[in-house]
Amino acid sequence: MACSASSRAVLLLRAVLLSLLFALVSPAATGLAQDAGTEASESVSGRLTFEGEGVEGVALLVTRTDGTFATEAISGSDGAWSLPLPGPGDYLVELLVASLPEGVGLRDPDSTSREVRVFDNSSSAVVFALGPPQEASSDLARRILQSAVNGVKFGLIIAMTSIGLSLIFGTTGLVNFAHGDLVTVGAFLAYFLNVSLGLPLLVAGPVAIVAGALLAGGLDRRLWRPLRGRQTGLIAMLVVSIGLAFVLRHIVLLFFGGSRLAYTDYSLQTALQFGVVRVQPVELWVMGLSVLMLVSVGLMLTRTRLGKSMRAVADNRDLAESSGIDVQRVILSVWILGGGLTAVGGVFLGVIESVDYLMGFRLLLLMFAGVVLGGLGSAYGAMLGGLIVGFVSEMSTVWFSSQIKYVWALGVLILILLVRPQGILGRRERFG
Amino acid sequence: MIETIFFDALRSAVGPTAASYALLAVGLNLHFGYTGLLNFGQVGFMLVGAYGLAITVSVFGGPLWLGVVVGILAAVVLSLILGAPTLRLRADYLAITTIAAGEILRFLVRNTGSDPLTGSVFGLRQFAGGFYDLSPFPAGQYLGALSFSANRLWVTIVGWVLVALLSVGIWALMRSPWGRVLRSIREDEDAARSLGKNVFLYKMQSLILGGVIGAIGGIVFVLALQNVTPDMFLPQVTFFAFAIMILGGTATVLGPILGAVTFWFLLTGLQSGIRSLVDSGAIPGVAGGQAVGAFSLIAVGLMLMALMVFRPQGALGDREELRLDVS
Repeated sequence: MACSASSRAVLLLRAVLLSLLFALVSPAATGLAQDAGTEASESVSGRLTFEGEGVEGVALLVTRTDGTFATEAISGSDGAWSLPLPGPGDYLVELLVASLPEGVGLRDPDSTSREVRVFDNSSSAVVFALGPPQEASSDLARRILQSAVNGVKFGLIIAMTSIGLSLIFGTTGLVNFAHGDLVTVGAFLAYFLNVSLGLPLLVAGPVAIVAGALLAGGLDRRLWRPLRGRQTGLIAMLVVSIGLAFVLRHIVLLFFGGSRLAYTDYSLQTALQFGVVRVQPVELWVMGLSVLMLVSVGLMLTRTRLGKSMRAVADNRDLAESSGIDVQRVILSVWILGGGLTAVGGVFLGVIESVDYLMGFRLLLLMFAGVVLGGLGSAYGAMLGGLIVGFVSEMSTVWFSSQIKYVWALGVLILILLVRPQGILGRRERFG
Repeated sequence: MIETIFFDALRSAVGPTAASYALLAVGLNLHFGYTGLLNFGQVGFMLVGAYGLAITVSVFGGPLWLGVVVGILAAVVLSLILGAPTLRLRADYLAITTIAAGEILRFLVRNTGSDPLTGSVFGLRQFAGGFYDLSPFPAGQYLGALSFSANRLWVTIVGWVLVALLSVGIWALMRSPWGRVLRSIREDEDAARSLGKNVFLYKMQSLILGGVIGAIGGIVFVLALQNVTPDMFLPQVTFFAFAIMILGGTATVLGPILGAVTFWFLLTGLQSGIRSLVDSGAIPGVAGGQAVGAFSLIAVGLMLMALMVFRPQGALGDREELRLDVS
């Protein structure tokens, strides 16, 4: 952590300038979803100490998670720092390690940032424990294993939510841009039942999943089937799904706001230590149930009549129809199955992380990557592709900044289109 | 109150933001309306244009013209990277790749590691001085009740002049043999190929040209704001541009212009109206600014759905010309 006096001075200067600029310009340049400006009665603060002494001149970067605010704070001579905020909300405080004086480091070099929720008229304290400097990469093996576990956890959720996307594409040709927002809606249905109505999550979750499945089924019956009946083009339907995504996403924003929220159950669990890897019991449950869910969907698709019809329609719709399969009924079942699985994914993601109105949209891009990677239209391809995408994006955090972890997953998508456009399990077709 | 809402809406409908979105839509119209390319990453072209200018001028101290050139070249490079793997595939692969590319670019410029070049979350500023030095208008208030400042008037005029020039250019191109080949590709790619046309090459040219127009839109957008931050380039920007194009009329020359003016008039009017309702307490139980954003975006979504279902040709379009479909 060597850092010369001159570069610290530059950091300080930059921080002061940026704070000034942001104070001047920031309200004018923000997007649509910004809170009405209130007087700065909210703040974050903290005190950095090393061996009992305050550490001066450490820069902390404070950003609002919706991207509408970013400023740096600098610790004073007693190590204390504080920063007025534009309003209540979720903020990310990152300690800029380069600004620490020589001989001082973070006690846990992997955690350079803290998420804080700031409420109306309150000040939140943020704690960074300093200690002798350690190399963050000293325990590379531990980080690889931990990221691998996170990758599997995340990949299983993407796999589950992607199945519906891929099967809907296979059976109807529709690229459903609202699929991610079905994840959001499922997660927030469970949030409403769990937090607003006070039901335990073990009740709220399953109810939300059933409701998510019914919502997707209802959308097919009331929206997509009539559109198919009117011979609406696939691109027109794709644009309709974008409009639907906007509606769903912002209804959630309207009722639940833009901050990250957590379920009341299982949010504070002591992690279990497996060798060098730390896992919370609830995460083990999520992973186990996801595997169970994927295996049963796989069995359903190969062993049951309905599952076979789904694959038949996805494979060749005309042939399936002429051999007596009721295609509209199969498509409805695909929507119900897909909707249920997205709601499961939403609830699981909410349990292991948090819920916010953009969670589904972020996931949608990864689902696209997974589905294309595995082969558009194939359910098994979606499972495999989703797992790979989740794994790649989490593993990248071992070597690269976690801010760009999705970039690697989306990069895999572009790469696979170059070398094998039909995907890993896709059937080779002539694409013109 | 009605008067306030009306002038808010009008100020936005003729302002530089509407002009930038008109430019985005002109480019998108070339992609989607005339060639049938499903580009959902128009915001990525806008981003490289904006950052090309901002980085050249504010980080490297280059002149304004060089920044514009860099922004445009960046859009060309982006088109080549995106087009090479996807233009031979079905239309929806391009859609998925472009939306992913837009987000990749946003994550990359937002990343702390890119700070020396892009200013990460803080973005860049102080790149618009050279542009405003060219302004012929002395300081003051213009356009009566719209009360534009001299700078805003200057960037507004430049923006709309660019929209007009590029629209005339597109109109002329579409009457040329080149434009006819593009439209034949949209109608039936195989037919065009069987007549010996190199479909891939034409699609690539269309992607580049429309992308460059999008980059110019990005340049106008950030010149008007005089700063650039990564979160100006959310995927919803592309969807707004799509809504504008469809509203005005896909595959028409005047569609993007009419669409941009109407869209921003409606959106700002709606926001201003909801804000005054929320402020006066007429809508109980919803909290301030967030509700305004949420309501208006729900309205955008519903409008997009209704347009596609009931009037996919928009205000000016010809329904027969637009039997678009994938593959």
